[in-house]
Amino acid sequence: MEANERDIINVKDLHVQVKTDGGSSTLVQDINFGIKKGKILGLVGESGSGKTVTSMSILQLHDKKKMDIKGSITLQGRELINLENKEMRKIRGKDIAFIMQNPMNAFTPVFTIGHQFIETIRSHTTLTKKQAKQLAIDVMQSVNLPNADKILKNYPFELSGGMLQRVMIAMAASLNPSVIIADEPTTALDLHNQLLVLRLLDKIRTEYGTAILLISHDLGVISEMADDVVVMKQGRIVEAADVLELFDHPQHEYTKKLLRTRPTLYSQKQPYTYML
Amino acid sequence: MSLLQVNQVSFSFNSKNLFKEKDQTNKILNEITFTIEEGTCLGLIGTSGAGKSTLGKVILGIQRPQQGQVLFQGYDIYNADKKTQQKLRRDLQVVFQDSYSAVNPRMTAERIISEPLENYEKLTLAEKRKRIIELMERVGLSEKDLNKYPHQFSGGQLQRINIARAIALKPKLIVLDESVSSLDMVTQSLILELLTELKDDFGLSYLFITHDIKAAFSISDTLGVLEKGELIELYDSKDQFFSSKHPIVKRLRDSTLAEHPRFRTLTTKANWITTN
Repeated sequence: MEANERDIINVKDLHVQVKTDGGSSTLVQDINFGIKKGKILGLVGESGSGKTVTSMSILQLHDKKKMDIKGSITLQGRELINLENKEMRKIRGKDIAFIMQNPMNAFTPVFTIGHQFIETIRSHTTLTKKQAKQLAIDVMQSVNLPNADKILKNYPFELSGGMLQRVMIAMAASLNPSVIIADEPTTALDLHNQLLVLRLLDKIRTEYGTAILLISHDLGVISEMADDVVVMKQGRIVEAADVLELFDHPQHEYTKKLLRTRPTLYSQKQPYTYML
Repeated sequence: MSLLQVNQVSFSFNSKNLFKEKDQTNKILNEITFTIEEGTCLGLIGTSGAGKSTLGKVILGIQRPQQGQVLFQGYDIYNADKKTQQKLRRDLQVVFQDSYSAVNPRMTAERIISEPLENYEKLTLAEKRKRIIELMERVGLSEKDLNKYPHQFSGGQLQRINIARAIALKPKLIVLDESVSSLDMVTQSLILELLTELKDDFGLSYLFITHDIKAAFSISDTLGVLEKGELIELYDSKDQFFSSKHPIVKRLRDSTLAEHPRFRTLTTKANWITTN
């Protein structure tokens, strides 16, 4: 997972510190990874390990007055760190799309989905309202959402969580981004919806060649989806490997522990051991 | 005599619609019948909207069902006299999914756990404190945490406090409504381990409501599948579950994610060839 020119997105020596009254404390350090076209990189770690901090750094969503971000993040060779806010806004949503964990909170409840969908498209393109609406419907149909016309007229609270998450993915895919960051996209969903959402993400990456950063603490999701995996713990990467390699021959103690302690269906039940 | 007997319970919501002539009835539960024996755990699996949580509420005595009976320790919890009801409630506790909203943010951990003790037992201050410390230690927290407020705990720690509160009165049955679903995998396995230990130590019975088959398997003695308000089948063992031919169960089985990337069904590993 070394830095490579063919990587769509590349994170190098990322170091994020938060400034507090009592000095600064480090959130993540020495983060290095890259994602190639059409690949899925799984980012695993328990809560508080810095997964979201890393993804927020890529999008430059941290408050720069409070956070100190060092290192380099390049998107197709272009440096994102310290890019002007105006430039960054053009990238967010267009080149890098973001899928959040809780779809209910990602939409504003006071506008229809169509309004928000079309607004997203129009703020990055020169399409007219009518064209934008057509694009929205086309994308939704291509991701197998039924009655796209009707959904656009609905308000977010009128749809189920699984449906809303799929709309959000359609929205993310509509502008053909080169990178999608999916932060725990299926944690809030039940099994069936989880499957639909994951299939959708796979479809997007094979059809559009989008690179996906898939953040999850569910090893099932990772083993289904990821090509490469990065394991994080307490703000550091403890292991980075090909997905098969990681599941077959975990190198780091922490990774072994993760694999050992997860609940399983098929193999013999193993005793849980205290790990803290 | 079984600890809990649910007989032919049906529940429906009546929604009065101002603009429509007819009122609508939504059937949530349809003639559910099962029993829980002392010291066992029944895992209830279902997708969202299947009626799992409503069933939990019916058993807890919060939602009176239109038809059927809930017998707890031989008493009908909805038709017993007040005194018996109060006695029964002591033996019936609950732990919810969202640990933060299940506690009062203005109370310290000590006060949160002391509430059930104050309601049901007359203890001196010193005795109460001793009991609370015992409980805290039992769930893996320490005396230091007594004066902390909910926002100072992590999700897993707060869930431990909820469990401590639930076991404070040594109940017979605990309803675990998605209790481990929002925790990360490390915390999840620790909490499951704690619950299993407590079950053996105190002879507790659980009703474990979840959409996560793997979690249900790791703790339950019997398993039930709920779909659209109907209890489809009950299983005594994993094998029975795996050999079931019921289409709903089959769909559930198929939507579980692979545990190893070699068995993935959703995607084919990295067949995207980078162009340019």
